[in-house]
Amino acid sequence: MGGYILKRLISAVPVLFGITIIVFLIMSLIPGDPATAILGSYATPENVEKLNRDLGLDKPLVQRYFIWLGNMLTGDFGRSFSLNRPVIDEVLERFNATMILSGTSFVLCSIFGILAGVISAARQYGFADKAITFVVLIGISVPSFFLGMMMILLFAVHLRWLPVSGMYAIYGGGDVPDLTRHLIMPALALAAVATGVVARLSRSAMLEVLRQDFVRTARANGVPERRVIMGHALRVAMVSILPVLGIQAGFVLSGAVYIEIVFQWPGVGRMLVDAILARDLLVVQGGVVFVAACYVLFNIAVDVAQSLLDPRIKT
Amino acid sequence: MSAFFTLLFRNRLAALGAVVIMAILVLVLTIPLLPLRDPDVTATADRFMRPFAEGHLLGTDHLGRDLLSRLLHGTRLSLAVGIAAALIAAAIGSAIGIVAGYFGGRTDNIVMRGVDMLMAFPYILLALAIVAALGPGLMNALIAVAAVNVPFFARNIRGITVGLAGREFIDAARLAGMGHTRIILTELLPNVLPVIVIAMSTTVGWMILETAGLSFLGLGSQPPQADLGSMLGEARSAMISHPHTSIVPGLMIFLIVMSINLLGDGVRDALDPRLRSGALSRPRATTLVKRQGGVPLATDDLLAIQDLQTEFHVGRRNLRAVDGVSLAVKPGECLGVIGESGSGKSVTALSVMGLVASPPGVITGGAVRFQGEDLIGAPYETLRQKRGDRVAYIFQDPLSTLHPLYRVGQQLAEAIQSHDDMSNAEARARAIQLLNDVRIPNAERRAEDYPHEMSGGMRQRVGIAMALANEPDVIIADEPTTALDVTVQAQILSLLDDLRRERGLAIIFITHDFGVVAQLCDRVAVMYAGRIVEEGPTRAVLDAPAHPYTKRLIACVPELGGGRRELAAIPGLPPVLDDLPPGCAFAPRCNRAEESCRQGEIPLRGQTLRAVRCLFPERAL
Repeated sequence: MGGYILKRLISAVPVLFGITIIVFLIMSLIPGDPATAILGSYATPENVEKLNRDLGLDKPLVQRYFIWLGNMLTGDFGRSFSLNRPVIDEVLERFNATMILSGTSFVLCSIFGILAGVISAARQYGFADKAITFVVLIGISVPSFFLGMMMILLFAVHLRWLPVSGMYAIYGGGDVPDLTRHLIMPALALAAVATGVVARLSRSAMLEVLRQDFVRTARANGVPERRVIMGHALRVAMVSILPVLGIQAGFVLSGAVYIEIVFQWPGVGRMLVDAILARDLLVVQGGVVFVAACYVLFNIAVDVAQSLLDPRIKT
Repeated sequence: MSAFFTLLFRNRLAALGAVVIMAILVLVLTIPLLPLRDPDVTATADRFMRPFAEGHLLGTDHLGRDLLSRLLHGTRLSLAVGIAAALIAAAIGSAIGIVAGYFGGRTDNIVMRGVDMLMAFPYILLALAIVAALGPGLMNALIAVAAVNVPFFARNIRGITVGLAGREFIDAARLAGMGHTRIILTELLPNVLPVIVIAMSTTVGWMILETAGLSFLGLGSQPPQADLGSMLGEARSAMISHPHTSIVPGLMIFLIVMSINLLGDGVRDALDPRLRSGALSRPRATTLVKRQGGVPLATDDLLAIQDLQTEFHVGRRNLRAVDGVSLAVKPGECLGVIGESGSGKSVTALSVMGLVASPPGVITGGAVRFQGEDLIGAPYETLRQKRGDRVAYIFQDPLSTLHPLYRVGQQLAEAIQSHDDMSNAEARARAIQLLNDVRIPNAERRAEDYPHEMSGGMRQRVGIAMALANEPDVIIADEPTTALDVTVQAQILSLLDDLRRERGLAIIFITHDFGVVAQLCDRVAVMYAGRIVEEGPTRAVLDAPAHPYTKRLIACVPELGGGRRELAAIPGLPPVLDDLPPGCAFAPRCNRAEESCRQGEIPLRGQTLRAVRCLFPERAL
């Protein structure tokens, strides 16, 4: 097992390099003088000159890439002019908030999505199946930012059950119950689409599995139906559900951009949008590379979980 | 094509989606003809008018602009941008996919590695990076959304192209001296086009949503021009005081995306042949029972199948898989049921414990009595308690019938614990004991194996151990040795025979092999087209078959040392079960058939132990 994890980690290295190359190439699309573009038109000449020196912007493209990569590997993502602090500090701080939000959403979409899919399959064509299918259809069609706004109107403005936005109350907040109250709406809004996708896939995976012979064997052995479905069938269905959870993690992680804007959540997404509007491109560059790298590592975790689940996968 | 549309519109939701999206399209295309106000004319005095206000059907926004007009103009822009992005992504992605798939080798390798890298990004993040580099703006948002969708098309189309590139017509085109470009354009492209269209129809909704999202963030369309996303984004600041300005564009995005999703699902379902036949239904926990007619009276047999009728309801067709079968076993007795595939022997066996997959299976008549108690239509819990405990099954292919992800010891223990309140340690000890009983060497260690780690013979022993787990009274073995080679088959058969003698088990043994029947069974019943055509003590039937079908079936068995003789295959095929001719179902394949064979019901005639369903039997009983 340890060997397998190591093997997967090593195989991720070229992917991580690929990510840096792609981000670097995209950033070299910037029209005009890169240093000015990166630092913004209000940058001081000293800053432009420093950046030119740091990034070696007078040097050829390939050389510039390796300088940038080398800096990143030593933890130097550059300095944000709009925030006037190292990019890495800002990214790490914001990433924490994003992880709380998208992590919660991911857990929610996994649990509710799989549960809904299983119930839907077990009660195929029944009332529960139709009701779930209907809700799922709405869930995957409603834009998360619109859903978030409507939730604010209903639960925060109208019913006054939950705070309108932010991560903590401005006065006297900061503890876990306060965070939870602030987290409920954004996490649900962010999870909606992913839950729908997971539910759909779980339903069809379960239908596929329930027709297989070993389910009949379990029934022929007198295994109670609840265990046949939640144990035997779901376990095999999970083999095809897990990779989709990996993909959904990517959607939840990046979909957080919209939700962070709607709910004023101090995460990476909001930081990226603010940085784009302020043309603070080093922040964009660093933030995108950092989040993408985390996503690659997460997908390795999914692969490892997959191999734990299915002994037929050679480790 | 018309069949496709029939299927599509039979799906009422897909039709609804089509109607809604068509209505929206017609509305935005006729904008120049509609009496709309100018969407960009501001009138600060009239700001935030509510819907249904005088002259403003949907009210006005924060600058007093007419919302209805802005909504339709915004919808047109959003649709145009989304569709344009889909077209660009499809064109570039497909081109990449076709080139990679057609040329293969190193080109393919390099291109697809690049595509994989792009797919390693969380989707929206990549679009954000592109917009960051190019700067905010609707055109740049379009490029970003198109770019992040290119890998999806490249991957799908490459897969299709790889399959096509190896086909004969491509080779033929090459031999005819066509250049690569011409082959790609005239031979490959027409074949992958439908796939491209389907992939587009499933992603265009998503792309509309994505561009709206970027505009919502302020990175897409810039004022005063507005698409649905930027309308929603601008309205957000006044959301709490004037919610209608947010709800109007938001609902429109929702409607567009939902109707495209519904339509896309409908298209996919109509194109997926598995869904057409309804084969994706999951089987219920017990077979559906719709019993017509009376219930036969109880007998004193251990297990009695009485006048059983099981049908498969597929669409409008009713296949009569089992048509009035009666069988019975006593303790310690072994009954063989023999017939070709499709003769209804397995369905008969599965009907006993309600294990016929349903849908499509329905038990429509007769009774199955265990110690006199009728199990047809019994509540689930009654059946469950008997399953595996009193009546156990051994199935044919133990690789697919054992759970692939549980260790065999676990599976055995679970079978035991389903009926016995027993600790895990006890169940495990019993499982190992069972593996020993079926003569699996190293039982303790093999209990830790997964099914795929065992040989076919070992797996079948596990299947038998599982059937024995709760010391049942009856074992129904459905071709348990068919998948095994001859030496292993002999071992398994002698194992079953020993168990029967030691434990007084009743066995119903289903097979298509008379050799196996001769070795193991006391009595045998021959099935054809869902009915029993002959039954009797094994020796009597083998030595003096009365039904022409039985005789032909026995003649099919090659005999070792029997010298060279012609193996008599039976001409023709078993009949289709929803269109059985009146009279004897075997008549069309029978060389003794006469006119009277094809007219009306032929009863099973003879004594209780020896009977035949034939007007002109090979010999009188």
